[in-house]
Parts: sequence; structure tokens; C-alpha cells
Amino acid sequence: MTTETPVIEVRDLEKVYRLGRNVEVPALQGVSFTIYPGEAVAIMGPSGSGKSTLMNILGCLDKPTRGEYYLDGQRVSDLSDDELAHIRNRKVGFVFQTFNLLPRMSALENVALPLRYAGVLRGARERAREALERVGLGDRLHHRPNELSGGQQQRVAIARAIINNPSIILADEPTGNLDSRTGREIMDLLLTLNREQGTTLIVVTHDPEVAHMMQRILHIRDGRLLREERTGTR
Amino acid sequence: MLSTLYLAITEALRSLAANKLRSFLTILGIVIGVAAVIALLALGRGAQKIITENIQGLGTNLILVGPGNPQRDPAAQLNIPPLKLADAYALQDPQAAPSLQYVVPLLRRSVRVRYGDKTYTTLVFAVTPEYRIVRNYNVIEGTFLTEEHLLNRASVAVIGPELAKILFGRDHDVVGTTIFIQGYPFRVIGVLEYKGAAGFGGTQDDRVVIPLTTAYARLFPEDRGKVDVIMASAVSPDRIDAAQEEIRQILRVRRRLRPGEEDDFTIFTQQEFLQIFQVITGVLTVFLGGIAAISLLVGGIGIMNIMLVSVTERTREIGLRKALGARKRDILIQFLVEAVTLSLVGGLLGILLGWGIARGVELVAARFDTTLPAVVDLQAILLATLFSAAVGIFFGFYPANRAANLEPVEALRYE
Ligand SMILES: Nc1ncnc2c1ncn2[C@@H]1O[C@H](COP(=O)(O)OP(=O)(O)OP(=O)(O)O)[C@@H](O)[C@H]1O
Ligand SMILES: [Mg+2]
Repeated sequence: MTTETPVIEVRDLEKVYRLGRNVEVPALQGVSFTIYPGEAVAIMGPSGSGKSTLMNILGCLDKPTRGEYYLDGQRVSDLSDDELAHIRNRKVGFVFQTFNLLPRMSALENVALPLRYAGVLRGARERAREALERVGLGDRLHHRPNELSGGQQQRVAIARAIINNPSIILADEPTGNLDSRTGREIMDLLLTLNREQGTTLIVVTHDPEVAHMMQRILHIRDGRLLREERTGTR
Repeated sequence: MLSTLYLAITEALRSLAANKLRSFLTILGIVIGVAAVIALLALGRGAQKIITENIQGLGTNLILVGPGNPQRDPAAQLNIPPLKLADAYALQDPQAAPSLQYVVPLLRRSVRVRYGDKTYTTLVFAVTPEYRIVRNYNVIEGTFLTEEHLLNRASVAVIGPELAKILFGRDHDVVGTTIFIQGYPFRVIGVLEYKGAAGFGGTQDDRVVIPLTTAYARLFPEDRGKVDVIMASAVSPDRIDAAQEEIRQILRVRRRLRPGEEDDFTIFTQQEFLQIFQVITGVLTVFLGGIAAISLLVGGIGIMNIMLVSVTERTREIGLRKALGARKRDILIQFLVEAVTLSLVGGLLGILLGWGIARGVELVAARFDTTLPAVVDLQAILLATLFSAAVGIFFGFYPANRAANLEPVEALRYE
């Protein structure tokens, strides 16, 4: 696995939030790590340690203050707004703690949304239906989010994340709003996708049990990488 | 591209439908503005059509002379002598008035016409045969008055087609019948062609035309020698001004006006009617344009306001869409389409409402025997549509641009 190109490589990543004129909040203070294609990695750390900040940068939603980020060997800071939009659309699939589904749209339409921005119009509904079947929601295509349980909503969000066959799934506390059994089912689903499709999976979690389902755990503290832990999981 | 637009439009409609009342209130300004303009324009066009037809229907190169002059001071308006038959004869002198071709004296009175058990009150025009020429009239049946009728004071009448319908229930096969005007029998010798409405106030097709001499001899002996209007025609359109001046000089002498004293009669030409009318329409158009501009401006500001609210409300949605791969222009287009949809729906509703109002006025006017057709032409509809779309684009651009430039993380974090 060592000669492969890393899917993600960050070096000395720093992020400073500016509050007002001269208050600076250092959220990330020099983080470096490498993730290879197909890996399943957990990110753990206390609240406020910078996990979400890191995920946003990895997902090209935010830019680091300093440091380098290479995605599939490409320097992200060199990319234009449109190219970043393209990456968010094709390479990265986001799963949020709060699901973030559009309430006026059916499950099917929510899942098909990234296809629109990919310029796919023909066959979009068919593909969205397939994605929903893959997450076990083939019988809830036309339900609105408020007609679905939390676990079902998160499945819709996962179907939406995988609709464009991304190389990475970024999940920021995907089980945070779910009970432990439903949370487990969601994690099983994400790991199945990771195993069967070879999609790189990065999950932020506070749950050690969830973290130990991954191959590696990155422990973050105060915006720094405290240590890297290899679990026994294959 | 087309299907992208289709998706954007359906989505815009859906998001507007989610806030029906708000969307409706937002477009109300545009609806009312466009409706007002369309309705006024439609009625204006209708009135214009009628009046123009009317003026042109008067006949070519027509000159009208009547007693009185609104420009004289009010004290001098009293005791103005009527026009005389002799005045008309004087105008017929080719030496004194070389620019005039035909001169027709006209006496106009309200009369009761009867046939069988049907009676009808209308206007009788007592004229000479040249009336047909200066008014550009044809008969659809029979003949018009002749010199012989005039000389013999014949009791003959040419009737308008509407009057024929009223009396006989048909506008043909009526020549030879006898009708009674003020109780005197008259033989119908012809039916006039249709000329349509006479200004605001019914038709001119229900009138009776008889020889002037017959009117003096039988119907109105007390008016003998008097005329209400003298109609004349110039020998050619470019001689109208000259003809007008000749009439003026002859009548001033005959009416014994001192030099410097103002005319106590008025000369009107068809051109002058048209000019006055065009000035009125011009003012009306500017006025309507002003209403349109103000209402569209107000409507546009309403749309901008609600779009700004909508962008703020949907900040999270915008962040999410960006996280899913929406580019700036995708968001820009989404909100622009929404704004334009709002303004276009407003514009279309306005067109319908305005058309409805104009039709309503037309129907009400018809109940009062006034012809005022609502003429909604394609040009007005296209213009209204185009303008409301332009308003949407113009006032939607700022909010849409604001949405497009939101930073994805910050938008997603927005509560
Ligand atoms: N937009 C922002 N402006 C200012 N400071 C911020 C902003 N976002 C995050 N921070 C600060 O940066 C630090 C890291 O925040 P971050 O959200 O990454 O933490 P986290 O590890 O995800 O925490 P949690 O487990 O509670 O989600 C915190 O101190 C937070 O207050
Ligand atoms: Mg967080």
C-alpha cells in the first residue's frame, strides 16, 4: 500500500478564525497526515479540538490559512472556485450530523440534486432510485424528509453522498443525532460502501466503539494531531 | 440547457408555491401596475379606433361650418345669428370660393318615425343631394336623393340600415314602403350603407335623410331658411387651408363682422379633428407610461425585498447546494429564475386582469349604448411581458448575486 498515490495528503495545515479586529482563534495548528485510497479512518478528539474545521478543509468547503493540501495529487489551493465546486460534486461525498436534506423535496429529488450540478439530466431519477435502493430505502422514494425517521434521513443523505461515485466520503458525526442501534446501522452501511466500492471513508466521531470499526484513528487535540492509532480492524 | 432551465423554473415555482400568500403579495404591485396599464391602453386603443374611424367616416376633404366660436369672449356668445341657406348659396359661387367643390346646407332635428305600430325617435338630416358626396356615403339599396326630389319638395326619405332593421326587421327589400315622419308620409327610396358608431353615443346608422326643401315645406316651416351646419369639401386636400380662408371671408362679410372683430362662427376640418385627437392620445400615452414606470418600479422593489429575505432564510440551503457541487452561476441562475418567475407571473396575471377590466368596461359601456371596444393588441401584451421580465432580472440580480457569493462553510453553519 505504500507506493500508491495518497488520496489525501495534508502538511502543516493551519486554520485561524478571526473574530473581530484582533481576536484570533487558532482552530488548526499544523496538522500533517496522509490517507490512501480505500482506507477507513476515524477522527477523534474533544469538542472544539478542530475536527469539523479539518473536515471542511478536506471537503474543499473551506480554505486553510497556511499549509498544503493535496487531493488525488492535486494542490487544492491552486484551484478556482468552479474547480472546487467540481471536486465537491464528483470526488467528495458529505454526510452531516444534521442530515441537511431539503425539506420540500422528496427523498428521490434530494438524492438526485448533485446530479443536476454534474449536468446529468437524463436518467437522473433512475440513478437516484438505485442509490436509494443501495442504502435500503427503495420503498421510500417519494417521502419528504419530515416523513422519515432520523436513521432513514441519514440513509437518504448517504445515498446523496454516493450518487456521483465519489472517491471519498466525509462524515462529520454521522451518528451524532441517532440512537446507538440506528447509529450502528448507519456505520455498517458506510463501512459496506467502503469495503465494496473501495471508497475512502473519513468519519468524525466521539464514540470509541464506532472509531474502532475503522482501520486508523487520528486523535486531534487543540488543533494538533496528538497521535495516530492503528486498530486491529483489517 | 433547456432542460436545466426547465428544472430551474419548476423548482422556482415550487419554492414560490411554498409561500403562496407571500409570493402573491409580492407580485401584487406588478399585477396592479400591469393591469392598469393594459386596461387603460386597451380602452384608449378602442376609443382611438372608434374616433379615428368616425372622423375618417365623415368624408374626404371635409370642412364643417357652424355658428358660434368658443374663442370669443362669453359676453359675445349671446345672440349669435344662425347660419342661413343663403350663406350656403354664397359659398357655392365659384368666383368667390374657387377652392370649394361641394357645399351642403344641413338642418338637423329630432323626429319620431313610425312604420306600422313601430315608432322610433331619431335624427333627421335635411340636406341637398351633394351630401352623399361630401360624406362619402353609398346606398346598399335603392337611390340617394336627387336634384329633382329637391326641386319638387318630394316626400322621400333615405334611411339608415339600423333604422330599417328597427322599423322593418331587415335592412333590405324596404324601398317603396311608406313611413311616417312626425306624422307626414314619406316614401323610402334608399337604404344607406353601414357607417358604424357615432362617437360615444350610439350609431349614426339609425338616421333619416330627406330633401332640405321638403323639411322647410312640411316638417319645420318655422325653420325655413335656417341651417345648422354647412358641410363643404375642398377641391383637393392641399386646397383645404385656402378653402377655409375663402369661407371665412365670405361669411364675415355676410354676417357683417367689423374688421378686428372675432369670427362668430367656427370652421372645422377633418385634419383639425385628427390633430386635436392625436394631441389627446399623446398626452394619454405619456401619462400611461408614467403609471407603468412607477408601478413597475414599486413592484420591482417589492420583489427585491422579498428575494433578499428569501436568500437570508435559505442561507443553509445555499450552503448545502454548494457543498453538493453547485457553482456560483448555478445559485445565481436559481435565484434569478425565481425573481423573474415572480415578476412574469405578476405580469401575466396583470395582463389577464387588465384585459378583464377593459372587457368589463366595454360591457358596461354597451349597456349604456356606448361602443368602447377593448382592444388588447399583441404589442401591448409583449411589451408588458418583456417589461415584467426585465424588472425581475434587474431587481433580482442583487439578491441572487449575494446568494451566489456566500461562502459554503459559513452558509452551512448559518442558523
Ligand atoms: N466560524 C468560526 N469562527 C470562529 N471560530 C470558530 C469558527 N468555527 C469554529 N471555530 C472555533 O474553532 C475551534 C474548532 O472548532 P470545530 O468546530 O472544528 O471543533 P470540533 O472539533 O468540530 O468540535 P465538536 O466536537 O464540538 O463539533 C473551536 O474553538 C471553535 O470555537
Ligand atoms: Mg464539529
